[in-house]
Amino acid sequence: MSDPMAEIRASFFIECEELLESLQDGLQMMDDGDTDSETINVVFRAVHSIKGGAGAFGLDDLVRFAHRFETAMDEVRTGRFVPDAEAIRLFFACADILGDLVRAARDEETVSEDITGPALEKIDVLVGLEEEEEEALDFTPATLSFDLDVGGDLGGLPNLPDLPDLSTFPTAFETEDEITDLSPVGGAKGFQVIFKPEDSLYASGNEPLYLFRALRDLGDISVVCKCGALPELDHLNPDTGYLSWMVTVHTEEAELSVREVFEFVDGLCLLEISPLSGPAPTALPELTPAVSAPVIPPEPEQAAPTPLVPSHPILPPLADIEMPNAPAAPVVKSAPIASVSDDAEDEFSLSSPNATSGPTKTTGTPTQPRATVRVDLERIDRLVNLVGELVINQAMLSQSVAEAGLPPNSPVSTGLEEFLQLTRDIQESVMMIRAQPIKSLFQRMGRIVRESSASVGKEVRLHTDGENTEVDKTVIERLADPLTHMIRNAVDHGLESPEVRLAAGKPREGHVTLTAQHRSGRIVIEVADDGAGINRERVKEKAIEKGLVPADAQLSDSDIDNLLFLPGFSTASAISNLSGRGVGMDVVRSSIQSLGGRINITSQEGKGTTFSISLPLTLAVLDGMVVRVADETLVVPLNAILETLTLTDGDLKALGPETHVVQIRGGFVPLLDLGAELGYRSPLDSYVGGIVLLIGQEDGNRAALAVDAIEDQRQVVIKGLEGSYGRVPGIAAATILGDGQIALILDPMDLVSQASGRTKIRQPQHSLVG
Amino acid sequence: MTDNEKQTDATSIELLSFRVGGQDYSVDIMSVREIRGSARATSLPHAPFFVKGVINLRGTVLPIIDLAARLGLQTGEDTERNVIIVVDLGGRTAGLMVDAVSDILAIPSEEMQPPPDLAADDARTFVSALTIVDGRMIRILDLEAVMPPQGEEVA
Repeated sequence: MSDPMAEIRASFFIECEELLESLQDGLQMMDDGDTDSETINVVFRAVHSIKGGAGAFGLDDLVRFAHRFETAMDEVRTGRFVPDAEAIRLFFACADILGDLVRAARDEETVSEDITGPALEKIDVLVGLEEEEEEALDFTPATLSFDLDVGGDLGGLPNLPDLPDLSTFPTAFETEDEITDLSPVGGAKGFQVIFKPEDSLYASGNEPLYLFRALRDLGDISVVCKCGALPELDHLNPDTGYLSWMVTVHTEEAELSVREVFEFVDGLCLLEISPLSGPAPTALPELTPAVSAPVIPPEPEQAAPTPLVPSHPILPPLADIEMPNAPAAPVVKSAPIASVSDDAEDEFSLSSPNATSGPTKTTGTPTQPRATVRVDLERIDRLVNLVGELVINQAMLSQSVAEAGLPPNSPVSTGLEEFLQLTRDIQESVMMIRAQPIKSLFQRMGRIVRESSASVGKEVRLHTDGENTEVDKTVIERLADPLTHMIRNAVDHGLESPEVRLAAGKPREGHVTLTAQHRSGRIVIEVADDGAGINRERVKEKAIEKGLVPADAQLSDSDIDNLLFLPGFSTASAISNLSGRGVGMDVVRSSIQSLGGRINITSQEGKGTTFSISLPLTLAVLDGMVVRVADETLVVPLNAILETLTLTDGDLKALGPETHVVQIRGGFVPLLDLGAELGYRSPLDSYVGGIVLLIGQEDGNRAALAVDAIEDQRQVVIKGLEGSYGRVPGIAAATILGDGQIALILDPMDLVSQASGRTKIRQPQHSLVG
Repeated sequence: MTDNEKQTDATSIELLSFRVGGQDYSVDIMSVREIRGSARATSLPHAPFFVKGVINLRGTVLPIIDLAARLGLQTGEDTERNVIIVVDLGGRTAGLMVDAVSDILAIPSEEMQPPPDLAADDARTFVSALTIVDGRMIRILDLEAVMPPQGEEVA
């Protein structure tokens, strides 16, 4: 049996991630000038929920921090404190720390007081609060244990250690007559609260006691516990909550404040709140059938007047229960009863007349914002593979139908057409399962901006756009490091210091913009700053100084910009804490390239620099050109191909004894014979009239690849070779074509870098002599 | 329960015997995943001479080893009648191309003999044991030695 606690714990941490995300969102909205109370509430609730959950798991560090944070947010919420930009920055910092604490708690690590302490002090000073350590510790974890000591004669009550505390309330476990006595006196201010927790309320670590305590803060309360639903001990399910409560609150507060107490159990309980002065609540009569059982389960005699006769192994249906009590019950009741039988889940809830009633049902319905399923990535990958198979199979099927000589308008062919459409749709949907909004990544970047700007003493604001753009999960994961580096670069090198900015007539605060968008089947991510732009003079000087380019090199602006990507290049004259640690833009570029992406710089002196990354949408499929060479079929990634051309005699120039170059619009490009490079054949006698693919590399170098024929251009499913065979030089992966054959996917960069360039048959040495 | 019988009779092992290059070889049947007909393999550039290439085995890329070439035996004509034995060794899968599959044999382990020391023969290093069935010598293949080198670049 798996540990249910571990599961609950795991789901708590997943929930925390979601809460942290909405916390970040809310703070961002506040930062953007949104003072809407709902926004502040969202922030408050996020912190509060994390605290609540953490309390249940006894994560004291987290509770302590979240509590102080929450207290501060409460000040904001009640309008006692209006946060300025400074305060919001601090809130952001706190949110970051909260995230750290959550992750530390998840990984069972600890976060040093040095980090949490100062932030807490600042926040207290800011909001003007006293230390409230004591209260923080007062937040005792609610117990999640529902173990029952069945040996004793204690009945259906959850074995709550806090139970004695109930004595602090005027709690009653009373008979119906007394309940009637409790009925509100006309004119009294207050509310009658009918509260019936569902099992999920306990399962999520909530505890009615605290709710009642919170209600007590509003005014005098009296609590009546309704134990009528308690089954016999034999039939008692320890995971089911049988109790419900009727609480009378005498308060001057509005109904909203009462409702707020139950805010966090919204959807986990049936809740009915009615004003005391109003007409008697319709639910009240329902109490009548329920025998008010004391904490100790009823002795048979006590239970006798009610249908809860212990001798009944299973409680009679509700209708039967109602019968004996019919005289006492007003007519109003019939409606709720009908709904009981509708949603009765088990015999026990069936026996509970107050399990539901018309009005409470609406409040009790859980409001799920969106239903999500968490699935192991491996399973999705399996599905992706299978769908890839399906596509291949479909192609093979079409091929055999065509070979069978069936006319194109035969039912089989039209059926196949539809099948093709369906498989494409399935493939797309499956790919979309893997896709995730890039938002989580952007939020992490927000933190990077905050931290890096603080450490270099610049004021920086991050704008994000297109955060709902969906990208393959693997791409997102592998993009985090390069993007972090680029953001740090933008803050550290891109933006000027506040003084320089002011002198240049720019606003003091620097701006970094992070955008994501889909553009022609690829995702484009841009990191732009409004800093000084690239100082090309200095970049060139530096490159010459480092010997990366010859001193007399004639370089265009974009050539110079691209120097930034050379290994070992760093322009910051003062090596700061942030960047310039030897990890340069070359690493960024190679990690982008390994994702099948490209990176470009555009920069305008005095206006800023923009890095744009273009990535394939997924790593599972690839757009490729299917080519044939020496009877083998190969796939060349489309993004590497700049153009295709047919060689004429004039294009081809011999260079040295064994190699050729191709003249393309005034430039010379080495000619590589794909068949010869891969060892499929010897170089041809002549390449005139042959087809070449012009391959562009990220470093600007080009190469012309000679192939025999171009067959097709299509999307292929990538199959790794490394798992089954090992790495093959010049080959990135494999795929399966429509005829079921495997075709290799070329790695043009690797191929070109290892190419021999031999495009002529080596002349035998002795032929010169003879 | 046949399964149980197999397990209790721990002293004998089951072998799948096959012919390659005119000789009888066999492998432990537990490492055989399936037997399938030959298919045109896509050749791999820079591959060792005995790697015929890769084929599509229901969506996975399966490297094919020409066992005759691997063992240094006479490679017969590539025919449609070739058979591929898909073997699994510690999670690595490969297809062994052989001439024909012959039989499944249960050999008591005491009837296994270590191969005699004959340094001249290449194939010997791929044979872990010998046995005699119906007067024929059956060589038991050392799969580990036959599998293509893994991990480093196969250049």
